[in-house]
Amino acid sequence: MNMQRRTSPFNIVSVVLGLVFLYVPIAILVIYSFNDSRMVAVWGGWSLRWYRALLEDSAILQAAWVSIRVAFMSACLATVLGTLAALALVRMGRFRGRLPFSAMVYAPMVMPEVIIGLALLLLFVAIDIERGIVTIALAHTTLTMGFVTVIVQSRLLTFDWSLEEAAMDLGCPPFRAFMTVTFPLILPAILAGFMLAFTLSLDDFVIASFTTAPGATTLPIRIYSEVRLGVKPEINAVSTLMLAFVAVVVVAASLLTKRYAAAEKGEARGAL
Amino acid sequence: MAGPAKFDRWYRRTVVGIPYAWLIVFLLVPFLIVLRISLSQTELAQPPYSPVFDPSAGWQGIKDFVGALSLANFKLLFGDWLYLSSYLRSVTFAAVSTLILLAIGIPIAYGMARSPQRLQPILLIAVILPFWTAFLIRIYAWINILQRDGLLNDALLALGLISAPVTWLATDTAIFIGIVYSYLPFMVLPLYASFDRMDDTLLEAAADLGCPRWKAFWLVTLPLALPGVIAGSLLCFIPIAGEFVIPDLLGGSNAQFIGQTLWTEFAFNRDWPVASALAMVLLAILLVPIVFYQAVQMRALERR
Repeated sequence: MNMQRRTSPFNIVSVVLGLVFLYVPIAILVIYSFNDSRMVAVWGGWSLRWYRALLEDSAILQAAWVSIRVAFMSACLATVLGTLAALALVRMGRFRGRLPFSAMVYAPMVMPEVIIGLALLLLFVAIDIERGIVTIALAHTTLTMGFVTVIVQSRLLTFDWSLEEAAMDLGCPPFRAFMTVTFPLILPAILAGFMLAFTLSLDDFVIASFTTAPGATTLPIRIYSEVRLGVKPEINAVSTLMLAFVAVVVVAASLLTKRYAAAEKGEARGAL
Repeated sequence: MAGPAKFDRWYRRTVVGIPYAWLIVFLLVPFLIVLRISLSQTELAQPPYSPVFDPSAGWQGIKDFVGALSLANFKLLFGDWLYLSSYLRSVTFAAVSTLILLAIGIPIAYGMARSPQRLQPILLIAVILPFWTAFLIRIYAWINILQRDGLLNDALLALGLISAPVTWLATDTAIFIGIVYSYLPFMVLPLYASFDRMDDTLLEAAADLGCPRWKAFWLVTLPLALPGVIAGSLLCFIPIAGEFVIPDLLGGSNAQFIGQTLWTEFAFNRDWPVASALAMVLLAILLVPIVFYQAVQMRALERR
C-alpha cells in the first residue's frame, strides 16, 4: 500500500532536524555528566567523579528510594484499576454512568497538574490522613491509571473474544475465564501499562510536591530544589541515570506493544 | 468489536465498580472540595472547612451552609490585575506555543509518515521516548545550554553571530524554547497517526491532474489530517495553560503563569481559598477544550 510513497529531501530534512532538536539537549546533559570540571561550562576531560559523588550523597539516595517506593505502589494500583477500567469501557457495553466514567478516566491525562495536585491535597487534609509516601502514591495512581487504561483498551479493542466466550459457554465463571484465557494474552499490554505508570510517577514533580510532607522528599522534588539554585554536576549525573532507566523501560514497553501493532497491520492487510 | 457479553451481575459490578469508586473518591470528591473551599472565607478555611455542611440539621442546615458561602474570593480574583494578567499570560503563551508547535510538528510528522515503512517504528519510538522521559530533567538540560556561560552563547560567539554573551535564561524566549521542546512529541504523535492513515491515491490523483506537490499538501493532505491537528493542538494547549515547571525554571521572576500564581498562594501565602478559586477559574477556562479533547479521544479509540 505504501510502496509508492516517495520521501522528498524536505521530508528527510524535517525529520532529521526534529530528532536533532529532541536529542541534542539530552546528549549534552549526558556528556557533561562525565565532565571532570567543577565548572559546568568548562570541559575538564572525562571522569566518573560525579557518579562517585552521588553514591555519597545520602539526600539524593534517600529521595531516590522514596521515589521508587511511591512509583511501585502507585504503578501496581494504577495497573489493576486501569485494566479494570479498560475492561469496563470495552466489555461492559453501555452501562449506567458510562459517560461520566470515561470522562473521569481520561481527564487526569490532560488536566493541568497544579489543579489535580491542589484538589488531592485538599482531600487528604479533609479526611485527615498524614501526608507522606502513601498520599503521593494515591495521587499518582489517580494520575497514571488513565494511561494504563488507554494502553490496555487499545489492545482489548482488537481482541478476539470468542475464546473467552467459549470458556464461559462451557460453564467457566467469568472471572476464571478472564484469568485463564484473556489475561495471559493481554499481559504484555498490561505490563507496558505498568512500566509507563511507573516512569510517570518517578518523573512527577508538581503533584508530588502538593501531596507530600517534609519527611517524604521524592527524587524530582530533590532535583528541583537543587536546580533552582543553578546547574550542578551531580544533578547532571543523577539525571543521566534517570534518563537511562526511563529509556530502557520505555523501549521495553514499546517492544511489548509493538507485536500487536504488527499483528493488527497484518490483519488489516489480509482484509483488503 | 464484540457486543456486551452476558456476564453475571457480580462480575459486572466488580469490573465497573472498583475503578468507578476510585475515581469518585480520588477525583470527583477532591474537585467538589476545591469548589467548596473556593467559596469560603480565608480565616475559616482550616479543616473542617467551615461552614460545615451538617445534613442532620435538615433544611435549616442547608440554609446555614449556603448562606455562609461567599463569592469573595472570585471577586478578589477579578478585581486584581495580578491574577488577571497571570491568566492572560498563560493563555497567550499556550496559544502562541501551540501555533509554533503546529508549524514545527507538521513537517516532522509528515516526514515520518512518508519515510520508508521499515524505518517508521524506529522513528516512532524515537519520538515517544522523550514523551515519557523525565520532563523535569529535559527542562533542566536547557538550563545547561541557555545559561550565560552556557553552550548556546559559546556556539554563537564562536560563529561570530554575537559579540557579547546574550541573556537567554529568565526570558520569555527561554519559556517558549522550553515549552516547544517539552511538548513537541505531544504534537507530533497525533499528527503522525493522521498522516499515516492517509490514502496516497488521492495525492497521486492530484499529481496526475497537474497539481503541484505543495498545493496538494495544502488542499488534500492537511484537511484530511484535521483530526490530528485538533488532537495535537488540544493536547498541547490545555497542559501548557496550566504549566508550572517550565516558566518557574526558565522564565524570569517579573511575570507569572497562573500555575505559578496558584502555587504561590498555596505554598507561600497559605491562602487555600484563593488558590482553590484560581484553580476553579483555570478549570472553567479549560473546560471547553478539555471536553472537546475527550470527545475526540473517545471517537478515536472507538473507531479503531
